[in-house]
Amino acid sequence: MYAYVVRRILATIPVMGVVAIFVFLLLHLTPGDPAAVIAGDYASPADIERIRERLGLNDPLYIQFGRWIAHLAQGDLGISIFSNLPVSQLVAQRLEPTLMLTVTTIVFAIIIAVPLGVFAAWKAGSFIDRFTMLFAVLGFSIPVFVVGYMLMYVFAIQLRWLPVQGYVSIADGFWPFLRSIILPSFALGLIYIALIARITRASVLEVLTEDYIRTAHAKGLSSNVVLIRHALKNAAVPIVTIIGIGIALLIGGVVITESVFNIPGLGRLTVDAILRRDYPIIQGMILLFAGVYVLINLLIDLSYTFLDPRIRY
Amino acid sequence: MAVATGDIALTGEQSRFDRFLEFARRNPTIIIGMAILIFMGIVALLAPYLVNDPRTLNPINRLKPPSAEFWFGTDHLGRSVFDRTVYGTRISMAVGLSVAILSTVIGLAIGLVAGYIRIVDAIVMRIMDGLMAIPSILLAIAMMALFGSSVENVIIAITVPEVPRVVRLVRAVVLTIREQPYVEAAVSVGTKLPKILYRHILPNTVAPLIVQATYVCASAVIIEAFLSFLGAGTPPEIPSWGNMVSEGRVYFQITPWMILFPCACLSIMVLTVNVLGDGLRDTLDPRIARRMR
Repeated sequence: MYAYVVRRILATIPVMGVVAIFVFLLLHLTPGDPAAVIAGDYASPADIERIRERLGLNDPLYIQFGRWIAHLAQGDLGISIFSNLPVSQLVAQRLEPTLMLTVTTIVFAIIIAVPLGVFAAWKAGSFIDRFTMLFAVLGFSIPVFVVGYMLMYVFAIQLRWLPVQGYVSIADGFWPFLRSIILPSFALGLIYIALIARITRASVLEVLTEDYIRTAHAKGLSSNVVLIRHALKNAAVPIVTIIGIGIALLIGGVVITESVFNIPGLGRLTVDAILRRDYPIIQGMILLFAGVYVLINLLIDLSYTFLDPRIRY
Repeated sequence: MAVATGDIALTGEQSRFDRFLEFARRNPTIIIGMAILIFMGIVALLAPYLVNDPRTLNPINRLKPPSAEFWFGTDHLGRSVFDRTVYGTRISMAVGLSVAILSTVIGLAIGLVAGYIRIVDAIVMRIMDGLMAIPSILLAIAMMALFGSSVENVIIAITVPEVPRVVRLVRAVVLTIREQPYVEAAVSVGTKLPKILYRHILPNTVAPLIVQATYVCASAVIIEAFLSFLGAGTPPEIPSWGNMVSEGRVYFQITPWMILFPCACLSIMVLTVNVLGDGLRDTLDPRIARRMR
């Protein structure tokens, strides 16, 4: 067991290594002079030279890479070219909205999707089931900004129930915070809800054909008990797996959602950095998001042993 | 979803057309999906003959609501939203198809080699794992920031994150097929590796690849729209649905039609491709279909 945990943790090192090398090389793979690319079309030769000096682009590649990794190891993501502030500081400033948005989205999504999927599987072939499957296909197909603007038009502009855009920190009151986060969460969460509901339905449907479900019914347990304690519990592994894999969808969606709803989070930071070619921020954000994704999936892999005691490594 | 319940007796006299009708009756999603996409393809190809130049400025008719003259209204420069939406079909179609084809071909080549040669497999799969850890939209926008905006770069930037997913699929198929007795038999009679790959392995990857390609196409259309929406995609002078939403969002509260129509077309196209993919999956690969249903 411990050997497995250690092995699994070690397995993340090559993955993050590849991410780091790729992120590092990306700048050097671009055709032309990286300093000129960052400086943009209207830069003077002096500007370009300054950027080259600043990023240490005059050194050989392996020295640049070694220096970059050494800094990374100390939590130093570099310094923004545009604002001259450390990237880690910028990230810290923008962390709260993104963190709150993703956490609320995950909570909303699980609360909606899992019961929907279980119910659809239980009443397979019924109206609810068909509705769930239709919803799942729609959820995959309607881009997040389309959902965002639709929700905004109906609930904020026409009905005026919720604010149109912006983010209120949870420190300024829970209710205003919740009001500002509801629409973005649902817009971002739709694809995630569709994904989780679909997998929940499929895996519960499979478990429901097992003999022990019939036995549980036969010994007179109520449908609720059978569904939750017997079916859902045994269908948990694929559901939890998809929750982890879906995090990648969420991270991509956050970038768009924050632009639609004008939320000053990490997604906005990334987009602004990209439009200004602020390369240290871009590098830092890709590493950070990839790291979060790898970490969450590591935790999920490790959780299997608790969810299903039969899994022994 | 239409599911085959039993084998129909295929008699010799049955005409091609009858068989087509039978197929259509059983798989309405595939036929309807194909029909919508072919229609959109024709619209994309014939766009210059169907509508006026989408760059035509008409400052007197700025921000006009939909009318008989301007079916979808006009934008902030007085350009016809209908003409621009029609032209937008071209970009989405071109990007969706190119990315689907490119990532399938590249992924197939890498996957075949990785699945068959151990040492390549170990290295390639680590690289693919690393690439897959980066959210595809983020990877695509980072590449766009560095390469600069053009339609070709959009295609490259979306293809790179999609390739690892195809590689994984192909490799998984190769790993199961290479253990089959008929492959072993082919090896034992001295068949050369390229021929084994071509004759025995490749045909088995076709069905899952076609299904995967439709999903890649759907996701490419969405990501192109996202990139353009963020201002890091198709150059702004080319009308694409993402660019139209990006321009229209400022006026969203007063002129919702500026983004309504491109949003609707985008959703319909992606929905159609996804439904087509589901239909193909059910027909081509009943094993997966049963698990997913």
